[in-house]
Amino acid sequence: MNQKRVLVLEDEPNISEAIRFILTRDGWQVEVEADGIAALERLRSAPPDALILDLMLPDMNGFDVLRSLRASEATRHLPVLMLTAKGQSADRELAAQLGVTRFMTKPFANADVVSALQSMVAS
Amino acid sequence: MSFNLLVLTCLAYVALLFAVASLAERSAEEGRAGWLRSPLVYTLSLSVYCTAWTFYGAVGYAARSGLEFMTIYLGPTLVFVGWWVILRKLVRIGRENRVTSIADFISSRYGKSNLLGVIVTVLCISAGTPYIALQLQSIAQSFTVFVTDLDTAPVAGDRTLIALWVAIGLAFFTIVFGTRNLDANEQHHGVVTAIALEAVVKLVALLAVGVFVVWGVAGGPADILARIDAQALPDWQIQPGRWTGLILLSAIAIITLPRMFQVLVVENVDDKHLATASWAFPAYLFAISLFVLPIAALGMELMPAGSNPDMFVMTLPLALGRDDLALLAFLGGFSAATSMVIVASLALATMVSNHIVVPLWLALRAANGQDTGNMRLLVLNVRRLSISIVLGFGYLYYVMSGGSEALAAIGLIAFVGMAQTLPALLGALFWRGASRTGAALGLISGAALWAYTLLLPSFGPGVVLPAHVMADGLFGLPWLRPYSLFGLTTLDPLLHALFWSLLVNVLAFCIGSFLSFPSPIERVQGALFVNVYDRPGPARSWSRPMAQAEDLLPVAQRIIGVKSAQAFFQAQAEGQGKAGFLPDITPEFLEALELKLAGSVGAATAHAMIAQSAGTAVVSVEDLMAVASETAQIMEYSSQLEAKSEELTRTARKLREANDKLRKLSVQKDAFLSQISHELRTPMTSIRAFSEIMMEADSLSPEEQAHFAQVIHDESIRLTRLLDDLLDLSVLEHGQVQLDVAPANLRKLLDQAVTSSKSVQANRMFRIIRSRDDEEIMVTTDGGRLTQVFINILSNARKYCTAETPEIYIQVRQMQDMIEIDFTDNGAGIPTESQALIFEKFARLTDSLHAGGAGLGLAICREIMQKLGGDIIYVPGQGGASFRVSFPRVLAARAPRREAAE
Repeated sequence: MNQKRVLVLEDEPNISEAIRFILTRDGWQVEVEADGIAALERLRSAPPDALILDLMLPDMNGFDVLRSLRASEATRHLPVLMLTAKGQSADRELAAQLGVTRFMTKPFANADVVSALQSMVAS
Repeated sequence: MSFNLLVLTCLAYVALLFAVASLAERSAEEGRAGWLRSPLVYTLSLSVYCTAWTFYGAVGYAARSGLEFMTIYLGPTLVFVGWWVILRKLVRIGRENRVTSIADFISSRYGKSNLLGVIVTVLCISAGTPYIALQLQSIAQSFTVFVTDLDTAPVAGDRTLIALWVAIGLAFFTIVFGTRNLDANEQHHGVVTAIALEAVVKLVALLAVGVFVVWGVAGGPADILARIDAQALPDWQIQPGRWTGLILLSAIAIITLPRMFQVLVVENVDDKHLATASWAFPAYLFAISLFVLPIAALGMELMPAGSNPDMFVMTLPLALGRDDLALLAFLGGFSAATSMVIVASLALATMVSNHIVVPLWLALRAANGQDTGNMRLLVLNVRRLSISIVLGFGYLYYVMSGGSEALAAIGLIAFVGMAQTLPALLGALFWRGASRTGAALGLISGAALWAYTLLLPSFGPGVVLPAHVMADGLFGLPWLRPYSLFGLTTLDPLLHALFWSLLVNVLAFCIGSFLSFPSPIERVQGALFVNVYDRPGPARSWSRPMAQAEDLLPVAQRIIGVKSAQAFFQAQAEGQGKAGFLPDITPEFLEALELKLAGSVGAATAHAMIAQSAGTAVVSVEDLMAVASETAQIMEYSSQLEAKSEELTRTARKLREANDKLRKLSVQKDAFLSQISHELRTPMTSIRAFSEIMMEADSLSPEEQAHFAQVIHDESIRLTRLLDDLLDLSVLEHGQVQLDVAPANLRKLLDQAVTSSKSVQANRMFRIIRSRDDEEIMVTTDGGRLTQVFINILSNARKYCTAETPEIYIQVRQMQDMIEIDFTDNGAGIPTESQALIFEKFARLTDSLHAGGAGLGLAICREIMQKLGGDIIYVPGQGGASFRVSFPRVLAARAPRREAAE
């Protein structure tokens, strides 16, 4: 029962499939959501140990999700790894202001995602 | 007539003149000078031109040279009729500047130079004294002719005693009426009125003798003309050169003779009188010359040979037993002589006292440290003394010349001498560039030549100029002979002197003026003289209340600012040891203030303002013109600034617009790059992640391996297509697209598109409804590009149509030259708020189905359709998504459109 749960909020099926494979192999219990509203619902009902958040989502963007997470007591301290393909420095700054735990740009090295997630949960 | 009776007659006549003069003076003092100031009196006073020389001498002249005497009258007539402009300007300037003499006129025009005043005075005395002597001689001569008992008369021993007593009497008259008071404008109503009366006597006498001669002696005009012809001498032939020279000379004389300047300019009370004089004076001259030739002719015929023709006017009536007429003629001659002497001595005395005696006196007093004392009395006494001196000179000259015949020529010699002032005088009137140096050089050189070529030789060889100089020239140089200077031998001495003296005078005047720079006061006076008509009305009052510091402070405040002005005034007051803001108005303070203001408004304006405010000087035309030009410069400068500032505003607006555009473009570019980055990184992410998985794990099942490889493959294709689209769009937007226009069958193009689009979601059932008959149209366009658009629309429908059993309806319409094709599916359609965005780049509305497009498709379609001369639009409200493609059936061949890069 010491298996950690991670929610992956990612609308690109190929990318979420890759993340699921990597993290499952590392011993995580991986759940995937493709749109923000459903993900927020799941985060509130059963908060995971960590969240991997894509910036570009079809219904709302990653910043909105992060903002609403930090506004709620239950998820205020939830470790969040934000992944983005846009990779502009302005995005990185905004994410830091909103309380992101880690920020990585796509494409990423699989090992980096795994170690980032491990250190986030450990601390 | 006995000597005593004649003297009594003369005394009675002089008493009459005294009475008239006194009456006129009293009337003027009581302000009832109306008739005295009439143009008639002014005109008559001008007849002072006609001296004893013309009264007696004209007849003698006519007897010797025929009509040539007329030249002496023609010159003034031409001036009064034709050169009225010069006289008017002369008179106006003279009055406005309170000019007292011709010397004063020239000296004040050229910067109030006393040097010039002295030069002109000396010239006038040199030319005028012999002339006065001539008058004295003529009176003495007429006495001797008229008096029958001369041998027993008190003057029997010395005939010059007559001249002496006449000179003393005239000096007395002139002193009494010429120096009664020191009027500011030097006008002498008594003298002028007496002169006018004498003018009438002169005219009446000559006319009376003339009428007697023509109708009393001869048998009327016809007879007299015949007798004139009978007397005609070879000398009477008109010599055109001499006539021209003499007319010119007398024309100059009427302006420059000191006595003429006195009555014409100094005694003038109103410009308008000149208008009357311009015809009345020539008429007077005509009348006085009318009977000259008849008298001369009859004199020659009836008088014994050897009689002096100069005395015909008197001797002819005497010989014919008309003593009454002779007496009238005597009084006429007496009038002519006395009026000339009175006015000339008055004019000369004014010059002598103002330009020589008074300055010398003041210099002496100042050198001895004495107070100048009562100036008014001093000047009056000097004036009286000067009159005596001038008349004394005249008498002495008469005595020394011994009443020689040479005196007769002195009239014309004086004319040439006075003509030397003409260049400086005309320059004063019309040439602002004329300078003091030029005037002095011209006057001195002209006067010197006049003296050498005419005045000195006139005394006869050996009197003043040694005989050998006359014969062989100065220093024995033939070209320096006085009567044929530089070898000019064709002119008679008078014209020769006139030619050389005026030529050299004018040259020296012009060259001197060009080479010298006039002083400020010369420039101011020059402007004042030359532009005399620019000044409205007579000269302004000289006395203005002195400005107070509290008047000057607001002026200064307005110009240099309140703070600065107050600080300046305070500092100045402090410098004078006063507290507060109001210093005493000292010249030093005014100078400092002027300097201060000049920094802001220009020197001329500052000077004019201070001069006006302080009442220290009248602002001259020159000052005002300088002010105007400064103002014009400032206005010019400010309008230039204004234009520049407008230009700057325009440029700034353009720059701002360009900047806004650039910023928008920059934002668009950033957004576009960010989009591209995202679109490129997304497939890359999958590719990298799955390749790492396959590289690291060897425990993958074959199915897993195949699946991951498939993903990598698909994403690579997606990446490639994205790059293709980007390049395509870039070429369509900016590049020059090479359209491949050719005839094609529309149905075949659609077939091709339908087939090609089948690869998208190939496993999905998709029904396409077409009407192939409608599609049988031959079009001329770029078939490949058109098909690309069709494929894009069909692929989108395949990707995004949400219907259970998706279908698309293709409807072709032909309207004239245009073809319209509607592609309508049975899906949910595009939300209204998104319809405006779908043709923008990266306007992918949803990725939920992972359609695999980069969101560039419709943007490319729109670019293509525009290149094909048509369009693609979204048609709302058709039950599903509906796109309408329209394009011309035949694409006109044209140069590829060069789109402006945005």
